Amino acid sequence: MEKLKYALYTGCTARESTPELLKSTMAIADKLGIELVLLDEASCCGASHLQDFDDMLSLVLNARNICYAEKLGLDMVTICNTCQLNTSLTKDRLDNDPVLKAKVNEKLAEVGLEYKGTATVKHFLYALQDDYGYDKIQDQVTKPMTDTNIASFYGCHNIRPSHLQNKTNGAENPYKPVSLDNLVSALGGNPVDYESKNKCCGFHVELQNPTTANRLSGAAMTDAIDNNADVMVTPCPLCHLRMDVQQHGISKEIGREVNIPVLHLPQMVGIALGIAPEDLGLNHNVVEVNV
Amino acid sequence: MSNNTQKLKFKVFRFNKETDYLPHYDTFEMNVNSDELVLDVMNRIKWEHDGSFSYRRSCRHGICGSCAVKVNGKATLACKDRVSDLVELFGEELTIEPQDMKRAYKDMVIDKENFWNKYNSVQPYLVADIEEFPTEENIVSIEENEKIDEADYCIQCGNCFYSCPAVSVNPEYMGPAALVKAWRFNSDSRDTAHESRLDDVNQLGSGIWDCVKCNECAEACPKELDPIGKITKLHNQVFELGKANNDVAVRHAVGFKWSIMKHGILDEGELVRYSEGNIGVMKHIPEAIEMFKKGKIVMPWNMPKSKNLDEIKKLVEITSTSKF
Repeated sequence: MEKLKYALYTGCTARESTPELLKSTMAIADKLGIELVLLDEASCCGASHLQDFDDMLSLVLNARNICYAEKLGLDMVTICNTCQLNTSLTKDRLDNDPVLKAKVNEKLAEVGLEYKGTATVKHFLYALQDDYGYDKIQDQVTKPMTDTNIASFYGCHNIRPSHLQNKTNGAENPYKPVSLDNLVSALGGNPVDYESKNKCCGFHVELQNPTTANRLSGAAMTDAIDNNADVMVTPCPLCHLRMDVQQHGISKEIGREVNIPVLHLPQMVGIALGIAPEDLGLNHNVVEVNV
Repeated sequence: MSNNTQKLKFKVFRFNKETDYLPHYDTFEMNVNSDELVLDVMNRIKWEHDGSFSYRRSCRHGICGSCAVKVNGKATLACKDRVSDLVELFGEELTIEPQDMKRAYKDMVIDKENFWNKYNSVQPYLVADIEEFPTEENIVSIEENEKIDEADYCIQCGNCFYSCPAVSVNPEYMGPAALVKAWRFNSDSRDTAHESRLDDVNQLGSGIWDCVKCNECAEACPKELDPIGKITKLHNQVFELGKANNDVAVRHAVGFKWSIMKHGILDEGELVRYSEGNIGVMKHIPEAIEMFKKGKIVMPWNMPKSKNLDEIKKLVEITSTSKF
C-alpha cells in the first residue's frame, strides 16, 4: 500500500490545553507509517460559536483552512470533533451552493487564495478505520490492552448530523456508533457497552451553564463506570477537557464521586503499539493513567 | 412492493401511571412485512395481542405529529419510519418506548405539558396589524419566504424536544421546537414582534445560549428541518437587531473573532477571561492551577500564532459585518 499522507488540521486545543493529543497523534502516525503535514497556516474553526456571531466570517476562515490542504494536494484530517464538524459543514455548504462559494472566494481572492473543493475532510479516527485499516493496526499491537474495560465516548460532532457525516466521515449510525469500540477490540481491550457512548458532554455551554455541562458529563461518565469501565476514550479534545479536567466539578454537581482516567484516541492506540508513555503525553492527563 | 417478511422481536414499554409503581416491558414476536411502518406494528400489538396497549395516533400521513415514539433510543415518527429501515440500523430486536419515559402516562402516551409550555412561551403566532376587512393581499415575496427556511413545516411532534440533552437536565431550557417556532415568525416579514420574541429567547439559562450544539435535534426531526440551524439564525438575528446582552455567552461567541484576529488560533485563556470578565474569571482559578501543573496552560508570552497571520487579519477585516 502506498504510504498514506494527509494535511493535519490540529485545531487550537491540541496546541494549548491538550498538548498530549498532538504529541500522541504524531507518535502513532510515525509508528504506523502515516505522514501528517501540519497546517501551520490554519486558524481557529470558530468552535461552533463564531458562526453564532458572524456566519460569513466563520465560512471564510474555514474555507481558507481547507485551501491550504488543497494547495498541498492532500486530503485533510482533523483530530477534534468540533473542528471536523465546522470544517466539513463549511465544505458541504460551499460545494452545494455555487453562489455562496463565489461570495467566499471573492473574499479569499483578496489574499490570493481560492477554495476549490478538491480536498476531503475526515477525522483521523476514520482515516485509521477506512484508509489504513484496523487489521493492519492489530498486526502491530505489541502491548494488547488485555483485561481492560474501555468505554468509548464518541462525541457529538463526529456522528451528527448523519447526513453530513455519511458523505466523508465514517458514516456511523449515530444511535449505535461502532468505530471506536471496534478499534478497542482490535487493540485487544474489552469494549464497554453502555447507553451514553453517543451522548453529549455539554462542553459548549460550560461557561454559561456549568450545571448543564456537569450533569451531562456526569450522566455519561457514571453510566460508563456503572458498566465496569476502567478507562474512557474519546476522539474529541473538547470532550476530553470536560471529562478529564472537570471531574471535581462534575462530582460536586451530581453528588457522586466520579474518578476515571480518560484517554485520547491516539493515546490508546499508542499504548497498545508499545509507544513510551512520555511520547504519548500521558503526564499531561489530569486523572492519572496507569498503563 | 416487496413481500419479504421477517420474524422480529419487539420489546415494548408498558406503564399505567394510575395503577403501576414501576414500568415493565412486554415482548411480542411478529412476522413483519418490509413495507410495514412502526405504526402498523403498534396497531397490530393493540389489535392482535393486547387491546390495552395505548399510544397516540391520528393522521397517518406525517402531518399531525401524534405518533412520535422512540425505537432503540432513536426518535421516530411511527407513521413515517419503516420497520425494515430500523432493523437495518439496530438488528432484529427492537425496543419501542415513549418519547420521555419519565413523563409516561400510559404506555406510549406521555404528558407533553412541558413541551407545550415552552412552545407557548415564544408568541407562536403572527403578530401584525392587519385590517379587519383588508382590501388587498398581505403578500410575502419569494425571497422573504425563503428566510423562513421551512420552519413552518414543524408538526410539533416533540421528537427534537424529547431528544435534546439540554432539555433533559435543564427544565428551564425552551428546547429546539419552541426556538424553531420563534424563528418561523422572526423570519416573517409581516410580523412586528421580532424584538420582543428575541427578548423571550435571548435569556441565559432558558434560551438560545443554552443549546449544547449536539445536533440531536437535527437527527431527530422527521421533517428534516435542522432545528439547530434555526437556533443559529436566531443567534445571528440577536446581533443584527442589536439585542445582544452583554453576558458571558454573548462575549464567548464574540471573543472568537478578537482572538482569531490576534493569533489566528484561539487564545483559550484570554477567551475565558474576555467571556467571564476580570472578576468572573476568578472562579476558574482552581481548575487553571490544576491544568497549569499538568502543562495544559500556555502563557501569554508563549502563545502560538498561525502562519500568514496577516492574511487572517485581512479576511476578518473585509468579511466581518456583525456588530457587538
